[in-house]
Amino acid sequence: MIISTKNLTKNFKDLTAVDNVNLEIEEGEIFGLLGPNGAGKTTMISMLCTILRPSSGTAKVNGYDIIKQPDKVRSSIGIVFQEPSVDDLLTGRENLEIHALIYKVPSDIRKKRVEEVLNLVGLEKRADSLVKTYSGGMRRRLELARGLMHHPKILFLDEPTLGLDPQTREHIWNYIKKLAKEKRITIVLTTHYMEEADMLCDRIAIIDSGKIIVLDTSKKLKNKVGEDIVLIKMDNPDIAAFKKLKFVTSFEKKDDSIQITIKDSSKNLQRLLCKIGKIESVEVRPVTLNDVFIHYTGKEIRSEGEEGGYMERIMESQARR
Amino acid sequence: MIELGSIYGVWLREIKVYVREKERVISSFISPIIWLFVFGTGLGANISLQGVSYQVFIYPGILVMSLLFTSIFYGVYIIWDRKLDFLKDVLVAPISRTSLFIGKMLGGCTDVMIQTTILLFLGLLIGISITIQIFLYSLLVLFVISLAMVGFGLVLGSNLKTPEAFQLVANFVVWPVFLLSGALFPISNLPSWLSTFTLLNPLTYGVDAIRSAILGVQTFPTYVDFAVLIGFALIMILIGTISFGRMQQTK
Repeated sequence: MIISTKNLTKNFKDLTAVDNVNLEIEEGEIFGLLGPNGAGKTTMISMLCTILRPSSGTAKVNGYDIIKQPDKVRSSIGIVFQEPSVDDLLTGRENLEIHALIYKVPSDIRKKRVEEVLNLVGLEKRADSLVKTYSGGMRRRLELARGLMHHPKILFLDEPTLGLDPQTREHIWNYIKKLAKEKRITIVLTTHYMEEADMLCDRIAIIDSGKIIVLDTSKKLKNKVGEDIVLIKMDNPDIAAFKKLKFVTSFEKKDDSIQITIKDSSKNLQRLLCKIGKIESVEVRPVTLNDVFIHYTGKEIRSEGEEGGYMERIMESQARR
Repeated sequence: MIELGSIYGVWLREIKVYVREKERVISSFISPIIWLFVFGTGLGANISLQGVSYQVFIYPGILVMSLLFTSIFYGVYIIWDRKLDFLKDVLVAPISRTSLFIGKMLGGCTDVMIQTTILLFLGLLIGISITIQIFLYSLLVLFVISLAMVGFGLVLGSNLKTPEAFQLVANFVVWPVFLLSGALFPISNLPSWLSTFTLLNPLTYGVDAIRSAILGVQTFPTYVDFAVLIGFALIMILIGTISFGRMQQTK
């Protein structure tokens, strides 16, 4: 286990942001913390990165205790924060070189390391431009590169694609996958984007109100809920008829429609429709992580970040300067 | 624990940002000139103090004043860096908070010393006679003062949350420190209750040291001046280390 937490808890005044979390993350996996804004994801990561001190409980990161050996933990990890944190009055290369100095990367390998990470994120051509001329996606890539400068064993990514456009987001995903594969480092990321967790993560912990609700691979999480979701609109549904069908795993009446999950929709949809009589419309879709989340918490993950997106923060920082 | 490489990294960042922020560079050049013209002509009366004309007597005071303002107000950058999250990556670095603080402090001192050096050259224009030895010794004295005062500014900055609050507190601090330092008048003429404050003010010893360097008049022995200034700088490093440690815990 490269990370293991023991009753990790953080209280802020009257709010428990992280509540007795016990979590184990294996070496080399891409691990996702998925949950809505304010679920406690960032607080959890901040504690693992030793930025925030837990109220109680502790955790081991790369074998070091986060409370007793914070410096050792910091040498083993790289972090990409939710907020943009590269210096926009420096060039990409200068940002990396200064990071290397501060993080005590030996001087004989510093130059080589800078080139290596620049290549990895595809920024070698723009390395000598000031960061303020970069696009949001390029800044994010620079931050990824910076997080890797001191060859950490674990890379923490806090909402790596928050506020970026879909195309850039996909771009960043590809880089993250490439990093995991080429560098064989453990990646822990937080996100409130379902598709991001789905695309990237080997295992996903769904977190809400500071608690881990459920933890598994994306596939197994979805299987726990059912296989396919069928949404039917009809007048006067015969509820008893639904309940008799063996392939229906769950059943829920919404405003003017009925949502049911069924096994193997390609085979059973026909049978279902025959049994229940006249319908107005029918819609079939595969189970998503959102359904999993709703299944466990009874609420939806808001899909877009209402809190300040990455690009807004960049604009803000440039306006201030 | 002090890590030289990391200190250099933090310092280098400060210098690069300083050089690229044109307003800061321009203001380093302009403000000393303004100080000197305002005081040099406006107060150029025929008063003489401690055996020298008031204009010459006040010149070290102006050096110190410009140094004091730039030093203390340098502390506001820590608040901006924190607000804009530029400080985050540094705060999670596996280095001691002392190294971090010293790096920032030296960055500020470099900023201040560029301005001070210009002002020292301008002294020649108003007829202060400065030899090479005096010039170099003055730089040393001013550097020690700037260590103490930049340290003070950073301590303020790392304990305040908004630039507005900093502005308020810094103004509140800067004026008494300046007025009670003997920069504008000799402290021997003060009533005793005021002179107590003056003696407690670290800048008094800075003014004394620089006045002795340039004009050869002084109230305290040189070693006392240096001991107080270096002692104060060390206390600032100590408090700064604690403040920086706390900073990462909060936001």
